[in-house]
Amino acid sequence: MTTQTLTPNATTTGTPAGGPTRRRPRRCGRSVARHAGLAVFVAFMLYPLVWMVTSAFTPESEILTGPLIPEQFTLENFVNGWNSLTRPFWVFYGNSFVVTISSIVGNLFSCSLTAYALARLTFKARNLYFGIVLVSVMLPMHVLVIPQYIIFSQFDLVNTFVPLVLPKFLATDAFFIFLMVQFIRGIPRELDQAAAIDGAGPFRTFWYVIFPLMRPALVTTTIFTFIWTWNDFFTPLIYLTDQSVFTVPVALSSMVDAESNSGIGMLLAMSVLSLIPIMLFFAFAQKYLIRGITTTGLKG
Amino acid sequence: MATATAPTRRKSRLNRQGRAAHVFMLPWLVGLVGITALPTLASLYLAFTDYNVLSSPEFIGTANFERMLTDDRFWQSVRVTLTYVLVSVPLQLAFALLLALILDRGMRGLTFYRSAFYLPSLLGSSVAVAVLWRELFGHAGLVNSALALVGIEGSSWLQNPQTALGTLVILNVWTFGSPMVIFLAGLRQIPEELYESARVDGASVLRQFGSITVPLLTPIIFFNLILQTIGAFQAFTQAHVVSGGSGGPVDSTLFYTLYIYQQGFTAFDMGYASALAWVLLVFIGVMTAGHFLLSKYWVFYGD
Repeated sequence: MTTQTLTPNATTTGTPAGGPTRRRPRRCGRSVARHAGLAVFVAFMLYPLVWMVTSAFTPESEILTGPLIPEQFTLENFVNGWNSLTRPFWVFYGNSFVVTISSIVGNLFSCSLTAYALARLTFKARNLYFGIVLVSVMLPMHVLVIPQYIIFSQFDLVNTFVPLVLPKFLATDAFFIFLMVQFIRGIPRELDQAAAIDGAGPFRTFWYVIFPLMRPALVTTTIFTFIWTWNDFFTPLIYLTDQSVFTVPVALSSMVDAESNSGIGMLLAMSVLSLIPIMLFFAFAQKYLIRGITTTGLKG
Repeated sequence: MATATAPTRRKSRLNRQGRAAHVFMLPWLVGLVGITALPTLASLYLAFTDYNVLSSPEFIGTANFERMLTDDRFWQSVRVTLTYVLVSVPLQLAFALLLALILDRGMRGLTFYRSAFYLPSLLGSSVAVAVLWRELFGHAGLVNSALALVGIEGSSWLQNPQTALGTLVILNVWTFGSPMVIFLAGLRQIPEELYESARVDGASVLRQFGSITVPLLTPIIFFNLILQTIGAFQAFTQAHVVSGGSGGPVDSTLFYTLYIYQQGFTAFDMGYASALAWVLLVFIGVMTAGHFLLSKYWVFYGD
């Protein structure tokens, strides 16, 4: 689907064309106007998120009527929301983390192994296999979800994390295979040959030479798997019906459905909590995230 | 003797690599057969059956597809989805391109603005933001309070079939940050010399935009268009959360994927749901192919 390739030195933070030294004084006024305009637009765009955070700390009765910054802060919304379902919210948090971390490990493990074989080892059907990878990238999940559900329910695996995690260990996110193949192709073959001369077989070459050098591709895979899995709603909605195994998005959605006896305040408070891991991740991995988007076109 | 053993040794090395390759690919091969290929075939078969999970699938030929022709909710979901795609994707890309152009050259604070604009893209598909949208556009929500300030009486945006889909369009446009980041990268690829020589020739900013920026950016525009269109066709979470899974009011937010979900996992009419899924697959395939064919006429790949 994408024709761009991942290059380790792709950068998005280079010096802007022109550079500060070329800026002439008469442009100064225009630049101030532009910053003012952009600042207003940023404020407008982020206002809903700011409102969500401050409202989470506002007493229920004042959320819709009061000022943006509440006159009195309260943690009541968090306390109410935390215990509004049959389990405390940390259970859903824990479930989400288990699913997310396992998915990351699964994708890193299975996709890197497959990608190495497709990029470096010579065997007959290699091009055919790579073609299949490309085709499966484009297959929408909706076509597969019903038979997959039937299979997993036959094995009595509904209400477990297996249907969410097992596919990752079987490299069903074929896009990452493609990404890693492209990346490995950029690693000099001389390194493999040197390893071969030293007597390393394919397994040692992979583990000691290629895998450590794949770091940028592995980081991209980790970031996108984290975000997609943490935010994923459709798959857990289908497989997880028991509150004890709910992930955070499913728990939130079931709080919405029961809104008649829960308030806006607790909904917003739990929404804020559910976004914290993503926000933290964004803060730490921003550089790599943006690089991943510009080189692969993947969306967060 | 050396000449005789060299080819066989080479061959055995290939065999060894072939065996190793299949060991490396084992997880993927298992997944390909068990989680992708067989389910695809099963799904294709189920599309021609009546299957309610409790009894075994009964082959009914093309009845599921004929049923769609007279199924009002099917057509409604097609209308909703097409409206959503055709309105929100162009708007989203226009915003993305506009902001990328503003942010592109000689800009201080680029990293800050880029992150700020990108943040909604990162959160946009989450249930939490869908919850936020419910409250923003609810009857007593923030949007109506803001409108009241300028003397306009708002409606119940999400309860009104005329406006419910519009709020979801706004949500999608709000996530213009991810195509914007791709546009920014594309703009950086355009050589600055082109603009310099255009300025020497006295070309206006608009002329530069039309004759340099847009033509050289068409591959990126195309790439974003395909990506965002496919994404929009598969939108689900927002509609599900905002309407409580119903696609209401009066099916005005009945996205196609939501209809598949309802048929498959609420009504357990899995044969019909499979048929619907295949129609979606064919539609996305045809549309993507169409984009590629049309791209010949407007996408400029340079040399």
